[in-house]
Amino acid sequence: MKSIVCIKRVPDTETRIRIAGDGRSIDPAGVKYVLNPYDEFAVEAAVRQKEAAGSGEVTVVSMGGPEAAETLRSALAMGADAAVLLRGDPAAQGLAVAAALAAELRGRDFDLALFGMKAVDDDLQAVGAMVAELLELPSATVVSDFEVSGGTVVAHREIEGGTEVVELKTPCVLTLTKGAYEPRYASLKGIMAAKKKPLEEKTAELGDSGVTTDELSYPPERQPGRIVGRGPDAVPELVRLLREEAKVI
Amino acid sequence: MPCIFAFAEARDGEIREVGLEAVTAARQLADGMGGTVCGVALGGAGTTAEAKKLATYGADDIFVGESGALATYSPEGYASVLARFLKARGCDAAVFPASAMGKDLAPRVAARLGVGYASECTAVGVEGGRVVVTRPEYAGKVVARATITGKPAVLSVRGNVFAPRESPGAGRLQPLDVSAEGGGFGAIVREIQAAAGEKPDVAEAPIVVAGGRGLREPENFKLIEDLADALGNAAVGASRAVVDSGWRPHAEQVGQTGKTVSPQLYFAIGISGAVQHLAGMRTAKYIVAINKDPDAPIFKVADFGIVGDLFEIVPRLTEEIRRIRG
Ligand SMILES: Cc1cc2nc3c(=O)[nH]c(=O)nc-3n(C[C@H](O)[C@H](O)[C@H](O)COP(=O)(O)OP(=O)(O)OC[C@H]3O[C@@H](n4cnc5c(N)ncnc54)[C@H](O)[C@@H]3O)c2cc1C
Ligand SMILES: Nc1ncnc2c1ncn2[C@@H]1O[C@H](COP(=O)(O)O)[C@@H](O)[C@H]1O
Repeated sequence: MKSIVCIKRVPDTETRIRIAGDGRSIDPAGVKYVLNPYDEFAVEAAVRQKEAAGSGEVTVVSMGGPEAAETLRSALAMGADAAVLLRGDPAAQGLAVAAALAAELRGRDFDLALFGMKAVDDDLQAVGAMVAELLELPSATVVSDFEVSGGTVVAHREIEGGTEVVELKTPCVLTLTKGAYEPRYASLKGIMAAKKKPLEEKTAELGDSGVTTDELSYPPERQPGRIVGRGPDAVPELVRLLREEAKVI
Repeated sequence: MPCIFAFAEARDGEIREVGLEAVTAARQLADGMGGTVCGVALGGAGTTAEAKKLATYGADDIFVGESGALATYSPEGYASVLARFLKARGCDAAVFPASAMGKDLAPRVAARLGVGYASECTAVGVEGGRVVVTRPEYAGKVVARATITGKPAVLSVRGNVFAPRESPGAGRLQPLDVSAEGGGFGAIVREIQAAAGEKPDVAEAPIVVAGGRGLREPENFKLIEDLADALGNAAVGASRAVVDSGWRPHAEQVGQTGKTVSPQLYFAIGISGAVQHLAGMRTAKYIVAINKDPDAPIFKVADFGIVGDLFEIVPRLTEEIRRIRG
């Protein structure tokens, strides 16, 4: 079984995000970057598939600046076998990135192309499905758990009010959410081994994203709340406020 | 004349609320462009009868593709039908709900047409003939204003933001020929397993009652469920701490690695208010926090707070709400 996992370097979710001087990008100073948490699930899923089968290969691909090599190494430390860095503008989003990833995947032989459900920087939730469409492959998004047998994948995806069980023919695209694949911590041995694994570098064939960010701003601060009171005696006043002031119940 | 497409999501022959929200957002764009709204519904038998109601929310043209092959959702099948339709009609914008289906489908449609896509939009408008949207990024830590340059401009709108607004449109109902979609798709839905209970989904409910580690034990979520029942039309939500402990399913998790919700009213009960949790609910219209720690960060975003023991406060609240709702 051969898997390709597309991974992105993103700010840690704890990081304070500041808007840069140009008003339309993020100031990278002091930002701690990590492997996108959803992509961790995807790497974990691919490595587990390989381990369960006792054979196979996991290739991780990232489009970004030279720093993305570090992110690729962290996936190699989790058990991926080879990495590809597509050098290009790390701020590129959506269709631009999907085009670059699709161009890379097109020439490769694989059974599964795995993605995170979304990147926690642009929060777009699109690249996996776009790559599937560009490669004309079947896909299931927001998958919490899947099984592979022969050329068939059975995936569980979260939908409103339940779970959809989807059957797909390989090769196919899956985008992962939290579920069965709690990511492992890389072992020291894994980290050492990662340094020797192949990391190929190429230039990304970025397309046009068709969307331009004109301006970033901070969300309006929520007015700090009002403490209605202490203990159960405050309940009638809370209910009154919700009814008469907020008019929401 | 400009034409704005709205995907009127249907399931089991019924148009979903989020589908009406998409039509409402499309109506807003059409008014900005001096154009018409064209609502499209795909599904199995019964969809046509249901789709008539799109006129009430501003659809001028209603197209329905009814067929057995499209009765259950297929990313490939739906994307192929819609991309063809959008191209043939030369639509200027295409609005999808940011639902499980919409967010699976819209990026596929955009990629097929080679145009840009913006997800989870919280505001839409027209400037100089172009579609301009507002969407949260970095889990809501910043808000982006973006221009979608492609034609059609493909976007999805966040749930509960564009409340369906009555605004009668001409509502010319026409069938959409989908006979070419015979199936044979690479991905097929085998089964839909319904989650236990009949409560609405946390991402779509107008009221969310969320519980956290302060509940101490999974059984105590009964308090949360009872309050949700008393409120009616309320969903149960959970913090990651309780989902990770296996007390609640991930489908209920609110936050950065869970769902993003924008209900009218959000109760955070025994939830501290970590940044990753706030990321998922800070756009709620009203937030109520119940926590025994007066310094809990959740009080910084809550409109109304009660400091104290949730085990005393919540039953009293449920009782009070039952009383006033009769
Ligand atoms: C990458 C990443 C992603 C994450 N994603 C998410 C996410 O999607 N969603 C999410 O929620 N978290 C997420 N987290 C976790 C987050 O950081 C917090 O750990 C989590 O939200 C805490 O859950 P909690 O508020 O239920 O628990 P705690 O922080 O333990 O808070 C429990 C609260 O209950 C109160 N309490 C206790 N007993 C009582 C009582 N008797 N009466 C009243 N109040 C009481 C306490 O005062 C406390 O404030 C993420 C973390 C990381 C690193
Ligand atoms: N620059 C990138 N390089 C590699 N993979 C990416 C990149 N951007 C996005 N992806 C993949 O696409 C998924 C969805 O991203 P997005 O559509 O931006 O939310 C991510 O979780 C990654 O798996």
